[in-house]
Amino acid sequence: MHIVDRRLNPGGKSLPNRQRFLRRVKDVAQRAVRESAREKDIKDLGKDGRVTVPVDGVREPRFSRQPGTGLQDHILPGNKTYVEGDTIERPPGSGGGRGSGEGGEGGENSEDAFRFVLTREEFLELFLEDLELPDLAKRRLAVVETEGLRRAGYTVTGSPANLALTRTLRNSMSRRIALKRPKPDEVAALEARLDALAEGHPERPDLEQALFRLRERAKRIPYVDPIDLRFRRFEPYPRPIAQAVMFCLMDVSGSMTEHMKDLAKRFYILLHIFLTRRYRHVEIVFIRHTDRATEVDEETFFGSRETGGTLVSSALVEMKRVIAERYDPNDWNIYAAQASDGDNVSSDGPTSTELLRSHILPACQHFAYLEVGDENGPRAGFVEHRTTLWRTYEAIAKAGGPIAMRKVNHRREIYPVFRELFGRKEGRAEAEA
Amino acid sequence: MTLVKARTPQIIAGNQKPLFTGNDWDFDTIRRIHDACEAVAGPQLGLSWYPNQIEIITAEQMLDAYASIGMPLFYKHWSFGKHFAQHEAGYRRGLMGLAYEIVINSDPCISYVMEENTATMQTLVIAHAAFGHNHFFKNNYLFRQWTDAEGILDYLDFAKGFIARCEERYGHQAVEQVLDAAHALMSQGVHRYPRKKRPDLASEQRRERERIEHGEQIYNDLWRTLPQKTGAVRSDLAAERRKALLELPQENILYFLEKVAPRLRPWQREILRIVRLVAQYFYPQRQTKVMNEGCATYCHYRIMNALSESGQITEAAYLEFLQSHTNVIRQPNYDDRSYGGHNPYAIGFAMMQDIARIAEQPTEEDRAWFPDIAGVGDAMAVLRDCWENYRDESFIQQFLSPKLMRDLRLFHVVDDPEEPELRVEAIHDERGYRKLRRSFARQYDVAWLDPDIEVVDVDLEGDRRLILHHKAINRITLQKDDAKRVLQHLADLWGYDVVLKEVEPATGAVLGEITASARPIFF
Repeated sequence: MHIVDRRLNPGGKSLPNRQRFLRRVKDVAQRAVRESAREKDIKDLGKDGRVTVPVDGVREPRFSRQPGTGLQDHILPGNKTYVEGDTIERPPGSGGGRGSGEGGEGGENSEDAFRFVLTREEFLELFLEDLELPDLAKRRLAVVETEGLRRAGYTVTGSPANLALTRTLRNSMSRRIALKRPKPDEVAALEARLDALAEGHPERPDLEQALFRLRERAKRIPYVDPIDLRFRRFEPYPRPIAQAVMFCLMDVSGSMTEHMKDLAKRFYILLHIFLTRRYRHVEIVFIRHTDRATEVDEETFFGSRETGGTLVSSALVEMKRVIAERYDPNDWNIYAAQASDGDNVSSDGPTSTELLRSHILPACQHFAYLEVGDENGPRAGFVEHRTTLWRTYEAIAKAGGPIAMRKVNHRREIYPVFRELFGRKEGRAEAEA
Repeated sequence: MTLVKARTPQIIAGNQKPLFTGNDWDFDTIRRIHDACEAVAGPQLGLSWYPNQIEIITAEQMLDAYASIGMPLFYKHWSFGKHFAQHEAGYRRGLMGLAYEIVINSDPCISYVMEENTATMQTLVIAHAAFGHNHFFKNNYLFRQWTDAEGILDYLDFAKGFIARCEERYGHQAVEQVLDAAHALMSQGVHRYPRKKRPDLASEQRRERERIEHGEQIYNDLWRTLPQKTGAVRSDLAAERRKALLELPQENILYFLEKVAPRLRPWQREILRIVRLVAQYFYPQRQTKVMNEGCATYCHYRIMNALSESGQITEAAYLEFLQSHTNVIRQPNYDDRSYGGHNPYAIGFAMMQDIARIAEQPTEEDRAWFPDIAGVGDAMAVLRDCWENYRDESFIQQFLSPKLMRDLRLFHVVDDPEEPELRVEAIHDERGYRKLRRSFARQYDVAWLDPDIEVVDVDLEGDRRLILHHKAINRITLQKDDAKRVLQHLADLWGYDVVLKEVEPATGAVLGEITASARPIFF
């Protein structure tokens, strides 16, 4: 008899099978993932990756008998009252006999939907597939930033943090050996001998002399000399990267209802997940505005409340300022996503147009405008009311500016709209057609 | 039916030190448990078994093993990933417990036991799997005839490697398509009866010579003057000969495809062969569910009781054992909400107990029904003989006693779609016993349960249309959707059109027809 402990064997024996399975159900799983993203709170995306896949794609057909055809026999346990020749009414809604364990009506439909759990990675992979920042390649070639350091041997100067201790001490030791620096043991031995001798012993002066010379020598030859020091050298090297910055502009003015703010936030959270996951070098700037705009951090942007009037140009001015300060359009791919209910002071229209046309859009690779509307949407029969901002932007778009506009009324539309705005070129062309 | 047997008072002389106390175990405990079980299984029960190999695994590894139908190594396919996902989801949501053990019909016999099991559970599963199942695998005629316990792990290793190499060489998709198609036909990929051995050249020559000699001996010139046969008969003969050459009719469709399909490439044939051999390896297990589990359950019950009587397991452990034992052999009634068919553990264990009773303390009825075994005294000898020489269907047909039918209160309901109501055909009474037992046994006849589908004819020189018949016994037809899909797979492998006819065997009437044309995916 052998006992084998298999517990330490590497797990995940089924991983290749799982990958094959996922590849098989990719299309359906992707659809299911997007379905599930509609109603779910976007913040929870990927936390719970349970997906239901219709069974069609993963059916394993076998020849089996159709229940409810022909003469079927059932042997059942637990008879109480029946005697031979009794008749039993057919259970409603089933062709087969009652209690026919495997053969009953469940046979066909038991596999109707198939549920399984995706890991967070798998979920987001499917969720964000095909999305990308448009035109990112344009400047990628041009921008070869010097970023990143790598080890490159040793140097004699440097910051103490980079001191190469082993290397330094090795140098020190070879120098000490070469220059015959007295070892502490030698000095100690001599001292001991000196102590042992009585005062006035004839050998004493010689010994004292020797000890003095040793001490002097040790003093002249330091343990660690500045010439021993070595530092780890780091060398900057050019790494081609796509530098991108995303400006998130959100209207938080009083005219935005809770519903609208919710929509806008959902949109930005989606954007945030997408950017942080897909691009390692994307910076995100959060700007929110009422009648004046401020740059805020992530927490404040998503969390805090504020009310006031609306002045869209204030956000654009703030964005322009940040660009001028930190993001040179020659070095950066600049993107902007703006969410608003479309209300604006009418006098602000020309100012905004001017700002966009001459400052923002020339600097931007892509400008996405998301207009959030009422939950109920435009009332049936009424011509959809065009908001001030929409008309302003529409004029710019017609003139050929790199601006994409979408309107959202319900949160289930967020994800499709998001895909339209950031889907790959081909996909976007289709969606618009 | 109660299973808590009145326990005999402990024999003072046999009072031994308990093997373990509490729930914890270590490898030394496992070894002691195994040796103690062995001491019961050999001398007292007369079992014989392959050498044991006990492997400790984690829950995750158990899920892995589930997904590859219990085998320690297996080729890769998405369907196993699907089953893994299913089991995992069920397990995580707490809908499903995991098995305490998995046992593999191999030599040495490998039993996987879970690390979470308590010491009592380890004793139970070792008695159950390492001795009960092991004895059954080694001795039952079906396993001896159809499976090669020594070679299976090596063969699976070969299969895994071969399919991986094919994936590398021909691409994942091409291999997946062949495997999908082969899996669809898996239950039509077994030989149900041993085939005739092909004669070798020497014996062919010898027979030929004998035939000529015989012809010379009975030569009569008169035969030459008889009129010639007509042409129609001759073409009929040609068809006969064609069928004979292709070994038609053939129920093993995978075998037929592997040998005859005109357009398959060698590696595709080899994959069909792998799937077919795996199906064949598992075929005996499908035919002996009740007996296999009954044998293992009866063995663990006897071993645990013996250990308890000799004081090797404590009262507490014995109660824990009884609890899981009674759980395992629970059989809900047909009108119970938890009823899901017959529980093979329950039927098997009850029949084993019943046979032991008949052998040792028969009633008058038993003597009339089972003159061969009633009162012979040595229950284990009778049981060992059953385990060796029967499968579920023949076992039930032979040994289901009237008493057990009464205990289980079995009854037989016939569902005839022509009639407005269901009819109770037989119950557990004098008139019903034999009828009941016959139809109950048939429920365990795999050949009766699986649809009976045969390749009937194909004209290889003509349009190469493959003709299959499904014998629709009792006019039960195939499930249309699935049948269509399977037939599509079959047509893809065959490379030409395929037609499946539903034939009623009694009258030869055709009830329906499904056709499929090959898609150009394999060639």
